[in-house]
Amino acid sequence: MTRFLKSREAMLTGAILALLALIASRFPGFIAPGNLARVFTDTSPLLILALGQTVVILTRCIDLSVAANLALSGMVCAMLNAAWPGLPVPVILAVAVTLGAIMGMANGILVWKLQIPPIVVTLGTMTIYRGIIFLISDGAWVNAHEMSAAFTGFPRASLLGLPVLAWMGILATAGVALMIARTPLGRAFYAVGGNPHAAVYTGLSVGRTQFWAFTLSGALAGLTGYLWVARYAVAYVDIAAGFELEVVAACVIGGISIAGGAGTILGTLLGALFLGIVKNALPVVDVSPFWQMAISGSAIIVAVTLNTRSARTKGRIILRSAEHRAPEGAAA
Amino acid sequence: MQMSVPSRQFDQTQADGPVLALSGITKTFPGVKALDGVSLELFPGQVTALIGENGAGKSTIVKTLTGIYQPDAGTITLAGQPVRFATAQDAARAGITAIHQETVLFDELTVAENIFIGHAPRTRLGLIDWPTLRSRAREILTRIDADLDPDTPLRELGIASKHLVAIARALSVDARVVVMDEPTAALSHKEIEELYELVDRLKAEGRAILFISHKFDEVFRIADRYTVFRDGTHVGSGLMSEVCEADLVRMMVGRDVDQIFPDRVHNPGEDVLQVVGYSHPTEFADIGFTLRQGEILGFYGLVGAGRSEVMQALFGITRPSKGVVKIGGQIKVIRSPADAVENGIVYVPEDRGRQGAVIGLPIFQNVTLPSLRRTSKNGFLRLAEEFALARQYTERLDLRAASLDQDVGNLSGGNQQKVVIAKWLATRPRVIILDEPTKGIDIGSKAAVHAFMAELAAEGLSVIMVSSEIPEVLGMSDRVIVMREGLIAAELEGGDLTPETLVRHAAGIGAAAETTAGDRA
Repeated sequence: MTRFLKSREAMLTGAILALLALIASRFPGFIAPGNLARVFTDTSPLLILALGQTVVILTRCIDLSVAANLALSGMVCAMLNAAWPGLPVPVILAVAVTLGAIMGMANGILVWKLQIPPIVVTLGTMTIYRGIIFLISDGAWVNAHEMSAAFTGFPRASLLGLPVLAWMGILATAGVALMIARTPLGRAFYAVGGNPHAAVYTGLSVGRTQFWAFTLSGALAGLTGYLWVARYAVAYVDIAAGFELEVVAACVIGGISIAGGAGTILGTLLGALFLGIVKNALPVVDVSPFWQMAISGSAIIVAVTLNTRSARTKGRIILRSAEHRAPEGAAA
Repeated sequence: MQMSVPSRQFDQTQADGPVLALSGITKTFPGVKALDGVSLELFPGQVTALIGENGAGKSTIVKTLTGIYQPDAGTITLAGQPVRFATAQDAARAGITAIHQETVLFDELTVAENIFIGHAPRTRLGLIDWPTLRSRAREILTRIDADLDPDTPLRELGIASKHLVAIARALSVDARVVVMDEPTAALSHKEIEELYELVDRLKAEGRAILFISHKFDEVFRIADRYTVFRDGTHVGSGLMSEVCEADLVRMMVGRDVDQIFPDRVHNPGEDVLQVVGYSHPTEFADIGFTLRQGEILGFYGLVGAGRSEVMQALFGITRPSKGVVKIGGQIKVIRSPADAVENGIVYVPEDRGRQGAVIGLPIFQNVTLPSLRRTSKNGFLRLAEEFALARQYTERLDLRAASLDQDVGNLSGGNQQKVVIAKWLATRPRVIILDEPTKGIDIGSKAAVHAFMAELAAEGLSVIMVSSEIPEVLGMSDRVIVMREGLIAAELEGGDLTPETLVRHAAGIGAAAETTAGDRA
C-alpha cells in the first residue's frame, strides 16, 4: 500500500515535471527560479485551503463552505482595517483565524450533533456565509484606498527571498503534515474515515473527530481570507466564488480518496501545485484560460481512475504475494 | 414463458422425482471450505427444511442455487436437465426465487411495481403496460389472500406485509422453486400462522419449497422432508415423518472430534464483573451474570438471541434502559466505548470487516489506535514506541505479516483477527469480550486463537466468549450462558454442558414443559 501511494505521488511529480518541460520548451522563462517562486506564491491560497479540505475529506466529509468562509473572514478583516487603520496585523490575523474556525465549528457541530450529511450542511452554510457578507457590507466593496499599507503589505513582505504569503503556504503544509503524522488526532482522522464503525469500537468519537477536521478547515479558510483580501487589496461579496471546487479538485488530483481514510499531505501539495502551474502557464503559452477548466477536469478524472484501479488491485494481487512472502519472513 | 415448455415435459415424465437437485456441490472461499460435496433435492409440492448450525453452509447453498455464487464443483439438475446459473437472473429465469430474511424490495416503489420489477408487462411500443401490471398484481394478491392495494408504496407496509409482497413476486414469475430463508424471524405469532397457510397453498400449487429455519416446532409443523448440513457437509436427509427432534439435534451437533482444545484448569478468582437486571428496550431483558477472574464464560444462542447486543451495551455502544454493571465491586456507568476501555473492558467484534480493523492503516497503527495516549508524549506520537508496543503484542499472537508497516487489509482473515485482538490486549484490559472469535477463519488460526484464550485466562484475564460453534463453546468455556430471544435461557456448568442441552435451551425445545415443572416445584 505504501508502495502504491509512493508511486502515486511519484507519478504526480512526474506529471508536473513533464508539464514544466512542455511549457519550458515554448517559454523557457517559466521555469526560472524567480518565476517558479511566483507560481508557488500564487498557488499558496489554494494550497492552504486544500490542506484543510484534505483533513475534512480524510474523515469522509466534504467542506463546500471554504470559499464563502474565506470571503466572509476577508470582508470582516477589510472592514476592521477600514474602520481602525491602526489595528496591528497580528490582531487581524488572530481575528481571521478565529472567525474562520468558528464558521468551521458551526459546520462541525451540525455534522456531529444533528448528523446532517456534510455536503448538505456546507452547501447551506456556504450560502449563509455569503449572505452575511452582503448583510454586513450592504454589498459595498472595500477598496485599496480604504486599506492601510501595513494591511495590504503583509502578504507581499519579503522574508528570506520569499513573500510572506508563500511562507504561510509552507508553514501550513508543514504544520498540517506534522499534525497528521504525529498526533493522536491526526491518526484519528484516518481511522474515522477509513472505517467509522471500527473507530467507534475503538473508542474514538467519529463526530468529534469530524468536528475538529471542520474546525481546522475553517481556521485555514479564515487565514486565507485575510491573505487574499490583503493581496488583491479589495473585498467584496463574490470574491473567490466557486473556489471551493478548485480546492476539492486539488485534493482529488493529489490522491485524497473521496471515500475517506486515504491520502497524504504530499499528495495535496502536488495536487495544488499541478493546478497552480496549469493556471499560471496557460496565458504564458498563449492558451485560453478557459482550457484550464478542461485540463483540471481531465486531471480529476485521470486521478480518480488511478485511485479506483489501485484500490481494485490491492485486494487481489498484493494479498496473495504478501501471504506467500510472510512465512519466509521476507521484508516487503 | 419459455420455461413452461420443458416444465410440462418434465411433469409428465418423472412426476415423483425432484424438480431441483444439487449434488456434489463444493464451494471454497479463501481459507474456508464452505460447502464440501453437499447434495440437496427439492420435490414439487413439498416443503424441504434445511437445518444446520450457524456456519453449516445453509446460506452458501441458497446463494449457489439462486445463482449468486457459482460452485467450484458439482452439478445442478433442474427438471432432470443439468443447468448452470451464471447469474442471479439465470436462476430467476429458470423459476427459482428466494424470499430472504430481510426482504430485498424497494421501499419507494409501490406494491405492484415491486412485484413486477425486472419483468413488467410491456406494451407493443416497449413501454410498461401499467393497466395490465396493476390488474395482474391485484390478481396475484387476491390469490394469496393478501389484503393489499397494489398502489400502496412499500414503505408504508409492515414487515409481514412485505413478506407477502415478496411471495407475490415469487408467484408473478411462476416460480417452481421458492426458497424461504428464515421467513418467520421477524413475524408475530398470528403472522406466522398466515405464512404457514400460504406455504400450504404454494405446496398445493405444486411448487417446491426450501424452508430454512432454526426453530424446530416450525420445521415439524411445515416441512415434509429435511436435509441437515454440518460444517459444510451433508449429514442426512429424509422424510420428516421418520425422524424426531432428538434425531435432528444429534445430526446437527454430533460430529467427530477433530478439533483439539487446550487443557485448562478451571480455577476462577474473585468476581471481576457483575451484571444485574440489564435490560434494553427492544433487544434483551433482565440479563444477570457474574464473571470471575481468570474465567472463560461462554455465551451460546441462535443468531438474533441478543448475545452481541448485550455485549455492545456492556461496551458502551448502545445504552441499556435498566440494570447495573459492577466492575471490581464498584458500580460503573459506561456511556461510550472510551468509558469501557477506561474501565478495563474491551470488545473484539464479530464483524471484523466493518467493526474491527481499519483497512488502509498499517498493522502497527491498528494495534496502537486505542493506546495512543500511552505511546505519545506532549501530544505527539512516538513511532518507535508504537512499533515496540505493536511488536510486543503481535509477536505474542504469532501474527504472520511481512512487516508491521503493511496495510492490514492485505492480511488474511485470521491474521486480521489477531491484529484486532492484539489491539485490545495492548490496552491491558481486565475483561475481554470476544464475539465469534474464530468465525470464518482457518483451522490453524482457530487453534492459535483458542490456545491464546486459554493463556489469557491462565494469566488472570477474564474472558467472555460469544460463540455459535458448539465444539468451541464446550471446549473453551468454564461456564456457559445460553440466551434465547433476549433472555437468559440457562446457565450451564460441568456435567450439564452437552451439545444436546445447549441446543435444547437455545432453540427452546421442551422449554414450556420445563417451565411448568419449575412452576409446580
